[in-house]
Amino acid sequence: MEVVISTDKLTKKFGDFVATNEITFEVAKGEIFGFLGANGAGKTTAMRMLCGLLKPSYGSASVAGFDIEKQTEQVKQNIGYMSQKFSLYEDLTVKENFRFYGGVYKLKRQVIDQRLNEMLGNLGMLNVENSLVASLPLGWKQKLAFSLAMLHRPKIVFLDEPTGGVDPITRRQFWDLIYEAAHNGVTIFVTTHYMDEAEYCDRVSIMVDGVIKALDTPENLRKQFETDSMDGVFQLLARGTSTK
Amino acid sequence: MKTFLAFVKKEFFHILRDRRTLLILFGMPIAQILIFGFALNNEINNAGLVVLNRAGDYESKQLLAKFQNSTYFNLQDPVFTEAAIEQAFKDNRAKVALIIPLDFGKNMQAGNEQLRIIGDATDPNQAQTLVNYAKAIIADYLQQKQNTNTQLPITTAQPRMLFNPELKAVYQFVPGVMGLILLLVSAMMTSLTIAKEKELGTMELLLISPLKPFHIILGKVAPYWVLSFLNAVIIIILGVFVFGMPVNGSVPLLLLVTLIFSFASLALGIFISSKANSQLVAMFLSMFGLLLPTLLLSGFIFPIENMPLPLRIISNIVPARWFIELIKGIMIKGSPLSLLIKPFLVLCFITVVLTIAGIKGIKTRLS
Repeated sequence: MEVVISTDKLTKKFGDFVATNEITFEVAKGEIFGFLGANGAGKTTAMRMLCGLLKPSYGSASVAGFDIEKQTEQVKQNIGYMSQKFSLYEDLTVKENFRFYGGVYKLKRQVIDQRLNEMLGNLGMLNVENSLVASLPLGWKQKLAFSLAMLHRPKIVFLDEPTGGVDPITRRQFWDLIYEAAHNGVTIFVTTHYMDEAEYCDRVSIMVDGVIKALDTPENLRKQFETDSMDGVFQLLARGTSTK
Repeated sequence: MKTFLAFVKKEFFHILRDRRTLLILFGMPIAQILIFGFALNNEINNAGLVVLNRAGDYESKQLLAKFQNSTYFNLQDPVFTEAAIEQAFKDNRAKVALIIPLDFGKNMQAGNEQLRIIGDATDPNQAQTLVNYAKAIIADYLQQKQNTNTQLPITTAQPRMLFNPELKAVYQFVPGVMGLILLLVSAMMTSLTIAKEKELGTMELLLISPLKPFHIILGKVAPYWVLSFLNAVIIIILGVFVFGMPVNGSVPLLLLVTLIFSFASLALGIFISSKANSQLVAMFLSMFGLLLPTLLLSGFIFPIENMPLPLRIISNIVPARWFIELIKGIMIKGSPLSLLIKPFLVLCFITVVLTIAGIKGIKTRLS
């Protein structure tokens, strides 16, 4: 098993407040890794450190084999990112968006156009190439944003609550995209609020107050906490109560 | 370099597709310069003048003809009592009154004429200006008379207004409007566009990409630098061709100073955007934090010399003050850089400080 993300006592303090407290975990290549926790549990802080946006207070981590503190540039070349807030510019067309981000990652124009074509073909959205992003429905934009995050063929994609505000059917379709990417060897690191989505992950970690309280496959977690859903597991850990 | 170009291209798409931005960028400067040029003009033309002519002699009529011929005054129906003068002021028929004494012509021959000028000082500045115009006309007339009579050799002071003999207001406001517009357009637009990326969440993605914060700022700034420079050129051209503003000094120096000032404004915009997380806040900060001080403390509207000491000190850190001083020196006086070295160096210094503050501001946000 090839490890693509590994952290060792990764810690971030903001003054006296410890946002993430000595978290240690590993993620394997092609894995869909669910990163769960209530708001303020430290998910975003951890993710921002892994993306090279925040420096850890102490502890270390490597992403795609590169140290997040010392080799930030290489880390950035190898990761993709998508958040619930849109990463696409509404006043640019789909093609212009892709060409812009492709340019940022120093891809050649032919390469960008070819990959864009391929991706739109897979999504069945070839005709939107020259439409302004603002004119597209939310679900389409989300799929495009995911494709955009994959444009430079990153080894790892970080998804920060990617399906917020989307209807269940589109969410399902979105997860098909995630599966496909994982099948092709891309590692998916995803945070979510939806417990049904947690079930789709290969492994799930649950953070409470800056600490990883549980980390295992959804099945094992359900067994361990003697409940029949991830929601139950989450309630037990995050709120200390059971819904049952 | 390629990433930079991709970025700049993207910025231009944003600018060109947003009609509001375009309007602010190019509509506002042109509208402002025309409004300031035609409407907010502190030259006074066709002010009402009533005359109480007690003399009614040849000389007094000659003098009145001179008033009639000037564009400053518009002679109203004559009045016959001093009470009527006040009445004329009250119903706004006149701003200035002239009382010609009984023996005007005779006294003038003797060299002790006693004219009285009364101004309506409801608006003190205007009254002062008009009274001065009237004095000038009278002095002119008297001198003419003396020359033709060649009686007594009288010493008179001959005022000469250097660089702006006609006392045109354009000379004052073109540099002022230039400073104001460059500052507003550059600072407001950059702070708005950076705040917009933050608001939309696209900033996160840019930061996660291999772009360095410095690249992002440069990519944001470059298009606006070009545009605000273009703006400055438009204003200069309008000033020269529509309002007859001279460019007596070196054009390259003028453009260089303009470039430096727009850069300072852009740096200010970046600094603002490092403090503001939404477009609304950025807008308010640049409006109140920049517009008012620039308007009031740069010497554009109120002379710095007349300000109380604390305000005079504050005006030193208003970049537009130095810019306006430079532009006036170059355009009107035709001064070379060697004579403008103080404002030039101060402007450069402010620019460097603002740039450092801007970059620091962005960086602290990221760590």
